[in-house]
Amino acid sequence: MKEMQKKSQESHYYGEFGGQFIPETLMTALNAVSKAYDKYKDDPDFLDEFHTLLRDYANRPSLLYYAKNMTEDLGGAKIYFKREDLNHTGAHKINNVIGQALIAKRMGKTRLIAETGAGQHGVATATIAALFGMECEIYMGKIDTERQKLNVYRMELLGAKVHPVTSGSMVLKDAVNAALQAWTKRIDDTFYVMGSAVGPYPYPEMVHDFQSVISKESKQQILADEGRLPDAIVACVGGGSNAIGSFAQYIDDKNVELIGCEAAGKGVDTDQTAATIERGSTGIFHGMKSLFLQDKDGQIDKVYSISAGLDYPGVGPEHAHLAITKRAKYVGITDDEAVDAFEYIAKTEGIIAAIESCHAVAYVRKLAPTMSKDKIIICTLSGRGDKDVAAIAKYRGKDIDE
Amino acid sequence: MNKLEEVFKNKKAFIPFVVADDPNFDETVANVLTLADNGADIIELGIPFSDPVADGPIIQKADLRAFSAGVNTDVVFDIVEKIRESTQVPIIFLTYTNIVYKYGYENFCRKCSELNISGLVIPDLPLEEQDELREISDSYDISLIQLIAPTSGKRVAKIASQAKGFIYMVSSIGVTGKREDFSNELGSTIEEIRKVTNVPIAIGFGIHSVQQAKDLSQIADGIIIGSAVVEVINKGENLAKYSQLISSAI
Repeated sequence: MKEMQKKSQESHYYGEFGGQFIPETLMTALNAVSKAYDKYKDDPDFLDEFHTLLRDYANRPSLLYYAKNMTEDLGGAKIYFKREDLNHTGAHKINNVIGQALIAKRMGKTRLIAETGAGQHGVATATIAALFGMECEIYMGKIDTERQKLNVYRMELLGAKVHPVTSGSMVLKDAVNAALQAWTKRIDDTFYVMGSAVGPYPYPEMVHDFQSVISKESKQQILADEGRLPDAIVACVGGGSNAIGSFAQYIDDKNVELIGCEAAGKGVDTDQTAATIERGSTGIFHGMKSLFLQDKDGQIDKVYSISAGLDYPGVGPEHAHLAITKRAKYVGITDDEAVDAFEYIAKTEGIIAAIESCHAVAYVRKLAPTMSKDKIIICTLSGRGDKDVAAIAKYRGKDIDE
Repeated sequence: MNKLEEVFKNKKAFIPFVVADDPNFDETVANVLTLADNGADIIELGIPFSDPVADGPIIQKADLRAFSAGVNTDVVFDIVEKIRESTQVPIIFLTYTNIVYKYGYENFCRKCSELNISGLVIPDLPLEEQDELREISDSYDISLIQLIAPTSGKRVAKIASQAKGFIYMVSSIGVTGKREDFSNELGSTIEEIRKVTNVPIAIGFGIHSVQQAKDLSQIADGIIIGSAVVEVINKGENLAKYSQLISSAI
């Protein structure tokens, strides 16, 4: 019996990372999510509904776009963009939300709650709640509500109630705390739609599975376009949902380099950073054992990035495992580099990409010229950048009305 | 018999909760001694955490005051060392997994043992994740206190069968903080626990009034009061009197 329990516990882990470190009040609810996910993840009716919604509502498959201008300008590897920014609601977040909301519906839940950083996950959750006729409440750090006002209004338009979180440092980490607390208060009718590949099992696995549509498509698309696999996949990493989705189908293809781009803020070696994998250490927080920015006593650090979506002190357990086992490489990109990339991709390719995604674009600018012209990079544009235009203008000293 | 279980042998236990270093070192020591002298049977001492997901606003604010005073895990051990100069009242720690993990499970338990700490309450360490720590805490005779919630359902018997010291019965869903109503399931959950274990049961979360303590002590072996005690301390009210009132009501 103990052996069986141990075995089932091991399946909740990626190497040493993962687990279910959550208050007892939530354990029954979490186990119910886990049981429902196990039941439906291979169920043909569930998968059919999921893929139909991805196709007919979210606008999938997303394009794999050959960035000819950037490729020529950088003079190295061929650059492709996986255009998650073209999804309905403007980001990869919709893939995961459709999946989780379908599970919630099958569990008989009528209310969705979620945390959000930049607002894209909140908008996606509010959208699907509207589509499914479900009640929706979103928790967002007060500072993030101020820097992403447009997304707050968008959520409200979609019928969601947005709670500005005033505890802690008032950003994404605190929004997760508040959403977890809100879940403990109303378990019976509520499903917590987690926005990234973080949290207690089964969330990292669910998010991995729902987001893996990104790499399933990109693999088919690149094989059709180039007749071979890419040499590198590049994606930005906060909690890591678009990155894990971008990596998923390539993890066993050892010749494909996987590169996650973290937000280094003012610099990896400063105290204003969110570069968790480079600067963090193993800890236990938000339901998971993973890598976190924290002090020697285990108090979680305040983190900083220009990008609200990457402003998180931890990373999903699967990324921690990929980093420790060296299957993936993680690099820090500063605010300056991300803003430069934001302007660069706009001018060279006519794409205004999310500041989060521009962390990945910034690394591609460094990487492509070091590779020969017969090499291929796929970079995921996780979201569109409309929400960031005013912030970038401000960063450059221009004041514009949103 | 386990040293915590002995406390419950002839009486219902009053277990007040104090945040270590709120508002400072000396006052924490003084407050614990006041409680110990005025009817408290076990003291629950909180080691502050930056992100206490199981705690409501009153305890969150107390944690912030403690951080302002410069609290860290070693300071909390120093506070207990000072307390131990005057009393051997049973003390248990409440903290979150990461605090214990970062100190090192072995180092943390050794230090607890040196200071005669009887138990650990760790709200974000459910049964499934306890094996590694429990093996070490057991070897130092420190009880890893099991929490059971009104939502535990089928988990109740499994959790209760692992219990040592006492069972922390969560009075209602949600986070810590004052409440007027408690779960309707409380009585039946307690009955279910008693079928599988003789380990005493203390109820916590939301209890603040003397009447509530009196009523709930009818079905339990002990009463845990957190936010209300923290508030009495923060408002500078008479802690000795409050402690006596609760203690004599249960």
